[in-house]
Amino acid sequence: MNGTNNVSKIRSVIAASSVGTMIEWYDFYIFGMLSTTISLQFFPKDNPTAALLSTLAIFAMGFIVRPFGALVFGRLGDIIGRKYTFLLTLILMGGSTFLIGCIPSYEKIDIWAPILVLLLRILQGLALGGEYGGAATYVAEHAPVGKRGYYTSWIQTTATLGLFLALGIILLVKSNMSDAAFNAEWGGWRYPFWISIVLVGVSIYIRLRMKESPLFSKLKAEGKTSANPLKESFRHKANFKMVLLALFGAVMGQGVVWYTGQFYAQNFLETKCKLDFEQSRTIMLWAIAFATPFFIFWGWLSDKIGRKWIMMAGMALAIFTYRPIFNTFLKDSNGHYQEAFSGKGITRSNEKAIGTKIEAISNSEDSLMTRNTLVTLSNGMYYTEVVTDTIHKINQGTAVGLRAQKNVHVNTSTYWQFVGLVFILILYVTMVYGPIAAFLVEMFPTKIRYTSMSLPYHIGNGVFGGLVPFIGLLLTTTYPADPLVGLWYPIGVAALCLVIGVLYLRNKIDRNIND
Amino acid sequence: MRKFNAFKRYFGLLFLFIAPFVIYELISGALKHIDTKKTELINSPVNWIVIIAIFTPIAIGLVIFGWYAFRGEYDHLPQKSKELDV
Repeated sequence: MNGTNNVSKIRSVIAASSVGTMIEWYDFYIFGMLSTTISLQFFPKDNPTAALLSTLAIFAMGFIVRPFGALVFGRLGDIIGRKYTFLLTLILMGGSTFLIGCIPSYEKIDIWAPILVLLLRILQGLALGGEYGGAATYVAEHAPVGKRGYYTSWIQTTATLGLFLALGIILLVKSNMSDAAFNAEWGGWRYPFWISIVLVGVSIYIRLRMKESPLFSKLKAEGKTSANPLKESFRHKANFKMVLLALFGAVMGQGVVWYTGQFYAQNFLETKCKLDFEQSRTIMLWAIAFATPFFIFWGWLSDKIGRKWIMMAGMALAIFTYRPIFNTFLKDSNGHYQEAFSGKGITRSNEKAIGTKIEAISNSEDSLMTRNTLVTLSNGMYYTEVVTDTIHKINQGTAVGLRAQKNVHVNTSTYWQFVGLVFILILYVTMVYGPIAAFLVEMFPTKIRYTSMSLPYHIGNGVFGGLVPFIGLLLTTTYPADPLVGLWYPIGVAALCLVIGVLYLRNKIDRNIND
Repeated sequence: MRKFNAFKRYFGLLFLFIAPFVIYELISGALKHIDTKKTELINSPVNWIVIIAIFTPIAIGLVIFGWYAFRGEYDHLPQKSKELDV
């Protein structure tokens, strides 16, 4: 076969695998991004906080079941083949996503609404657990020697591109209708779920035309496929110790760096910095757009200098710079800090009262007065200041209470500074994630590769990474004095992984994975 | 190389102890912070139980990893699939 044909063939393999995987990530992420709306639709409205937490718990469930999907579909992939297994996961994911968009609200079907959402979310998690390992293995087994890192890095861009697509489609739908129309029972929030079925249909058509992986086909023709991949992966000590090394020396740290850079950062900008909806999302979109090519760069570089030190450098940089970066987000978006402590001579250039509300405090004769003021600062930043005072009935006095801010709109220079900082966070993601598919593929033999690499990958990403926002919230609630306390979880996990990776991993590239 | 391998083995002991320590911290944290009155929903018993249930098997995995490291199982990493005895 000539060189042009080979290049064309590998390009179509990458395209078919990447498009499907990107759509699976899209399906997986729209749930998290629409969690506030979903919580209002599928849970009782009398306790919105409980509803949101329940939605986040269901969102987290999708991550937690990923390792089980890795076991089920990894086994299938090592027995019947890569192509049909990841076709199955695509159908399962697309179907579940579409059906989430079709579930009637809590008001119509009562408790069945959250139960159906939970079941479909579990199916999504299982499907994703089977998809990634298949796609990475499929591409790696087609890639020529010396270019495995480069070719598999295209698969590595899909998670970020899926996030980008999800953000983009949600923004597009939301910008074309009012908030009421978007949040209505059968409103715009359902469109991203329905769009999925079209995307998945296209991807299935492309994937059906692909052939099985050449290494797996050869193994099957020789009758050397594994009869029991689970047993061979985890009950043979020699292979099991490599599974442990992959998890604790690479994927665990990669998972927390990934989710801190792309999820925790967005959540932090929204809930701690109180940036408005449009700014918090467009900052992520710009940073993702600028950083995504670096997945390819690090994958390519890993073919030249090895995978290990690129991943370890990404982890080390994350450990030492997370707190300063997130602290900058906090300070530069805080109007009160800008006025009083920044030392830049920033003053209030305009104040406009936008409403006052007085509410009785239950079991008390006192009342709470909430004043909303639109504040504009001399540096161009504006936000809604919310001052809550207690009005005492007995002495007719007022105790000045809490001063908070919401709907923060930072000025242009701060906006681009934030884009730059999120870009740095995602650059770390590209360093740890770009080379990891090739790294994992090279660790395990063909006949149990799908199973062996999928489990550590999904424990690292689904459990360690997927729980970053949830454990961050748990830490922040438990230790409220430090707004950055949630970062200690990813920093601690990445530090442990860095020590193990530096000490026990080797940097040698395995040229021959055909064994 | 022998010195580095000895160093890697001693570090194995560290991982053997880190894992039970993490589980101890999780359980004591749960006992201290679980909020049965549901004033802080994030600290509900279900959340803590799920987190402990997920991380306990992973911590056992870290103990096994530490034990293998201490026994010198990672002094030499396989160069070929044949060395993985499957």
